[in-house]
Amino acid sequence: MSAPARSIANLRSVTGIPTARLVTWWVIASEMFIFGGLLASYVMHRLAHPEWAIAASNTNTKAGAFNTFVLLTSSLFAVLAHKAADAEDGKGAAKYLRLTALGGFLFLIVKGFEWTHEIREGFVLASGGFWSFYYTVAGLHALHVLAGAIIMLIFAVDAAKNVNLPRVQCIGLYWHFVDIIWIFLFPLLYIAK
Amino acid sequence: MTSHAVSEGGSDAASADHVHHGNYVKVWAVLVVLLIISVVGAFTGIRWLTLLLAFGIAVIKAYMVAKNFMHVNVERRWVGYLLITCLLFLAILFAGVAPDIMKHQGLHWDNYAAKQAIQAGSQENGKHE
Repeated sequence: MSAPARSIANLRSVTGIPTARLVTWWVIASEMFIFGGLLASYVMHRLAHPEWAIAASNTNTKAGAFNTFVLLTSSLFAVLAHKAADAEDGKGAAKYLRLTALGGFLFLIVKGFEWTHEIREGFVLASGGFWSFYYTVAGLHALHVLAGAIIMLIFAVDAAKNVNLPRVQCIGLYWHFVDIIWIFLFPLLYIAK
Repeated sequence: MTSHAVSEGGSDAASADHVHHGNYVKVWAVLVVLLIISVVGAFTGIRWLTLLLAFGIAVIKAYMVAKNFMHVNVERRWVGYLLITCLLFLAILFAGVAPDIMKHQGLHWDNYAAKQAIQAGSQENGKHE
């Protein structure tokens, strides 16, 4: 069996880490500042504005919990895709990548229903400080989920042909990071009331 | 093993290129149990318990995902340094900005807008109750 094809980013490793994975870690580091800055601002305002707790009581804890479950499960699929890729099982990796993406889309559908309900109740971006943060942070996170899910589907096409399998680990790292962000958003937006 | 990364790091050679894949389903099951505990805590109505469970469990869950799914513990050491540096800078940002945001008045200043927002928010929510 011939060795699976791979891109140059997965062949070079000047720092001891394949360039593709190195780039992924840098992306994650920069994302830490984007989300970290937003979350730090949210925490500061939340502690200084007791009325935000009353606004937060309108978020749907059950929907947030379900979405946390969905993302945790999709993270499981992402790491199983990595395991399959390491075993050079391209078809298995592609299957798990598609399941991960499915989890991402399910997350977005639930979010869509949740936001539709909240907007109909009159809670929009301009309804106050809490809602501005809520839609900004959760919206930015949802965009990351959408981007990750699309990239997963693109990578799955190559993975099914046993091509560029190391990329599976890179997109997995990104996905787990997006999961970790949600792990903190869930208590901040849905539980602390 | 698919990854053909050239190990140049000597003792760093045992890295995420050679991940030992453990029982991921077991890790996921623990994460789900922790999620259930944090959600149940939210319905107890005891504020301190709710917050302790929610944020304590969030930190544990994040650690478990980073260690078991991202394999940070077997990644090159400087990746850990990179991530810790990011967290330290975030802490500096928080410490530098927090006094201006969290205090609404000082020796020679008053943040009237923040005080009005609190008053308006409390009245608004009072009407809904």
